[in-house]
Amino acid sequence: MSDEQRYDELGARLKKFEGRPAALSGVGKDPVNAPMIRHWCEAMGDTNPAYTGPDAIAPPTMLQAWTMGGLSGHQGRTGAYDELLGLLEASGCTAVVATDCEQEYLRPLRPGDEVAFDTVIEAVSGRKTTKLGTGYFVTTRTDLRVGGEPVGTHRFRILKYAPAPRAPRPPRPRPVVNRDNAGFWQGVAEHRLLIQRCTGCGLLRHPWLPGCNACGSPDWDTLEASGEGTVHSYVVQHHPSFPAFSAADPADGAAGPYAVGLIELAEGVRMVSDVVGVPYDEVRIGLPVRLVFRRYDEELTLPVFQAVER
Amino acid sequence: MRAGDRLPPLEIPVTRTLVVAGAIASRDYQDVHHDPELARQKGAPDVFMNILTTNGLVGRYVTDHFGPTAVLRKVAIRLGAPNHPGDTMVLTGGVERVDGDTAVVRVVGANGLGDHVTGTVTVTVPGDTR
Repeated sequence: MSDEQRYDELGARLKKFEGRPAALSGVGKDPVNAPMIRHWCEAMGDTNPAYTGPDAIAPPTMLQAWTMGGLSGHQGRTGAYDELLGLLEASGCTAVVATDCEQEYLRPLRPGDEVAFDTVIEAVSGRKTTKLGTGYFVTTRTDLRVGGEPVGTHRFRILKYAPAPRAPRPPRPRPVVNRDNAGFWQGVAEHRLLIQRCTGCGLLRHPWLPGCNACGSPDWDTLEASGEGTVHSYVVQHHPSFPAFSAADPADGAAGPYAVGLIELAEGVRMVSDVVGVPYDEVRIGLPVRLVFRRYDEELTLPVFQAVER
Repeated sequence: MRAGDRLPPLEIPVTRTLVVAGAIASRDYQDVHHDPELARQKGAPDVFMNILTTNGLVGRYVTDHFGPTAVLRKVAIRLGAPNHPGDTMVLTGGVERVDGDTAVVRVVGANGLGDHVTGTVTVTVPGDTR
């Protein structure tokens, strides 16, 4: 069965919940009371004098708070709402976010008022794809009463959704290995950083080339770098973002800025590489670094340079 | 009050404390409003403000402006970009229409990501009929 069919079938089952009660004769866990009002006003930074003193009313926007189940769960909930949420959970729609809240206040609530409420499942949307993920909007309407008298209504819409999977971090680009530089990459595979040395004039060179720029000799051998170096220069790449190179938490997949260093090796040649172990904005010219071989994925290990504490 | 009147903007620094205090004061213990690790597992970069807190702030914004005699009749809000800690939400509003002593106020709360909340508040201000 395709995802489409599965979700359509689920949508049809969910639709049948429309009109069913979600809570019948629910009772607020606490009567309207001054301490909860004060905690609310402190959190909201609301200093309205109407909410304090002997004639205090509750902030009208607290309406829903009086019906909340808290940590010990809801009262008066029918099986229908739990069944609806259960179906959604089972289909992978494990996350929830509230999207709309419409409240009407018929009279102010005062300390001592005991709130009772009924909730009905008003609407269940078809399957919707949002930035957060794919899921269904569920709208409920709650009517609140005190001593049988209607005091307010509260329409609430949630999106119950399957979180969209985070895009996997793209892999680092592969190095281009050819006849001229194969020896360098062979060295990297053995965790050795090899510098080319002209056997004609003895000059060291990097990157690898087929011949010597100084004397023209095509003959060379190699010298293994000690691994000591300093940042000769650097740039910080901000834009465009490139998650493969980002120093940010890989799990996060974020594409943050990153530093590209021109490293001067102790032997005198320079190479472009990552500076690691230090935030991108703390890389400085002259920063002492030491060679490390970092494994980026199954197939890729690269020589990079770790900042050294001195 | 008259249609077209603007309310002065209100800046709300969205602190972690506000997100958590608002969630608990509204008795909302959904983990995404207090536990960053679980929020991330559900696809959010961090904890985010719950709708009840947003609702409370919108109500406060309107009554702050119209004074303690103002009576809220209706608050209808829709959420967009989430309010994460470290952001700032700026509430702005304007009187859309007036009927006797009752006004309908359009409110928008924008943060660094976009519009966090858009909504309308119906408020009665006794004695203020123009």
